[in-house]
Amino acid sequence: MNQVTATGLRLRLLVSGRRYSAAHYVSRGVLYGTLTFLSVIFLIPLFWMVTSALKPQPQLFVWPPVWIPTPPQWQNFGEALTLFPFGMYIANTLYISIPAVAGTVLSSSFTAYGFSRIDWPGRDKVFTIVLSTLMLPFAVTMIPLYLVWRNIGLIGIETPLRGFGPLILPMFLGGGAFNIFLCRQFFMTIPQELSEAARMDGCSELRIYWQIILPLARPVLATISLFTFLGTWNDFLGPLIYLNSIEQFTVSIGLRQFQFEHGGRYDYMMAASTLTTLPIIALFFFAQRTFIQGITLTGIKA
Amino acid sequence: MIMSRVQRQKLKWGLVFISPWLAGFIILTLYPMGASLYYSFTDYDVLRPPVWVGVQNYTVFLTQDNLAFTAISNTLFYAVFSVPLGIVVAVALALLLNARVKGLAVFRSIFFIPSIVPVVASAVLWVWLFSTRNGLINLGLQAVGLPKVAWLSDPAWTKPALIIMSLWSVGGSVVIYLAGLQDIPQPLYEAAMIDGANTWQQITRITLPLLTPQIFFQLVLGLIGAFQVFVQAFILGAIGGGALGMGSEAGPANSLLFYSLYLYLNAFRFFRMGYASAMAWLLFLITLALTLVVLRSSRQWVHYGGA
Repeated sequence: MNQVTATGLRLRLLVSGRRYSAAHYVSRGVLYGTLTFLSVIFLIPLFWMVTSALKPQPQLFVWPPVWIPTPPQWQNFGEALTLFPFGMYIANTLYISIPAVAGTVLSSSFTAYGFSRIDWPGRDKVFTIVLSTLMLPFAVTMIPLYLVWRNIGLIGIETPLRGFGPLILPMFLGGGAFNIFLCRQFFMTIPQELSEAARMDGCSELRIYWQIILPLARPVLATISLFTFLGTWNDFLGPLIYLNSIEQFTVSIGLRQFQFEHGGRYDYMMAASTLTTLPIIALFFFAQRTFIQGITLTGIKA
Repeated sequence: MIMSRVQRQKLKWGLVFISPWLAGFIILTLYPMGASLYYSFTDYDVLRPPVWVGVQNYTVFLTQDNLAFTAISNTLFYAVFSVPLGIVVAVALALLLNARVKGLAVFRSIFFIPSIVPVVASAVLWVWLFSTRNGLINLGLQAVGLPKVAWLSDPAWTKPALIIMSLWSVGGSVVIYLAGLQDIPQPLYEAAMIDGANTWQQITRITLPLLTPQIFFQLVLGLIGAFQVFVQAFILGAIGGGALGMGSEAGPANSLLFYSLYLYLNAFRFFRMGYASAMAWLLFLITLALTLVVLRSSRQWVHYGGA
């Protein structure tokens, strides 16, 4: 009886589906129309950034607006680069981000191993402390931290690590609660038998971590590396507090400095913004899957 | 407590492995928390040692500082509009993308990319888009016969400008919602169709309720983020020129003086470290209270689908 009703319903659905097929095409058309319209809206700012960077100055300020600059002023980039020491800013940013990524990956995975692969008394209670630090705004620790780094003598370009210490060293001390959490989640899905077997063979915990767990954790480590790199590229408040000479500036804070000095030259401003944005967009096309998976995995926007 | 040899071994190795975090926790979290709590009860300008003043910083901030009131109301205004609007826009985009669209990856990338544009670059770009005389947005308004808006120099429009800018970078949430939508079991929709539910009913009765865990998570993160918004104000505010004095970033008539910005200016421009520390602790308390309220309310509206 049930079988019959279900089949009948399915049949009716099929028929009704066919009867509404004209409406179906209309609704599909509306859907694609809306999506295309919204896509254009989302793309226009970026498009405007690039075309503005390529415009001869008068074309920036005319009505109707010029969409494609004629002729494109590629030399705007060259001229902007003489005022905007992008190479130096990139070098500084990499000076911070490479050790920061290494430190974060190593120390968050090392710590997470202790919170997932070894069963010691009190482990989970301590882990709730790790998680609770996520709630703490940076503002609470910002002032004493600044004073600590200053008193140790790690602020200023003439200090060890060229004054980048405050932005690099913390990454080696745990690598951030959120990254520890991500690694731990991943490590817990690796069967415990793998570790047991290795221990039977006389493998030390350090070797299990380094030779068995880390290689398996490559996907989550890639995610963490990517987001740590983005974090240092985008970070503004940290460099603003800790870096005090232009020779130390990162890309983000250098761009702000450029705006401060040449804010009226929109062609140069947009050229500099394009240069700052381009590496990130290139990285997106290069590592698209890691991006999307990372965001879904972490539930956090970049 | 007596532990077996094996247990002691485990404890030893556990502590070895968490030692980097433990050191960081003590040096980078615990000590600074204690220190800033102490500073918050002092008058401290870095040059001279802190002087104990009791709860004065807190009472002055909460009852006598006009800029504190400005900073709190600006921040609330921004949070109240940008967070819910961001959720609505992101969920709507995710719903559109979830309608079995061809070229999904392309559309998703288009919505996502603005969210990874470095925040300073994006702020600088929007300064140009919002330019009163020649900005693209005003050119657009002009084209449809609307009057120009002094986005960054009229105190009434600076925060709406910032909110519009924040909507441009909702792409990260779109990806999260889309993943949530794709987890909703298909048979639910089939059953609803058999019962004669139309698309709208399916969205309001099935899709949205089952998306509430993600919405809840984004709401909490969004509120915390809104209370700490800083860079955008710092860049956009510098354009309109602030009333706070030389080199201020607070926007026209302090209309972009957000909580975190005011805290930063107090600490690193006016060197009122004690006052800024008190502000930081109040921010922490506000964030905690807000999270608890949302968490409490979530029992009424968040549905955790269980197997």
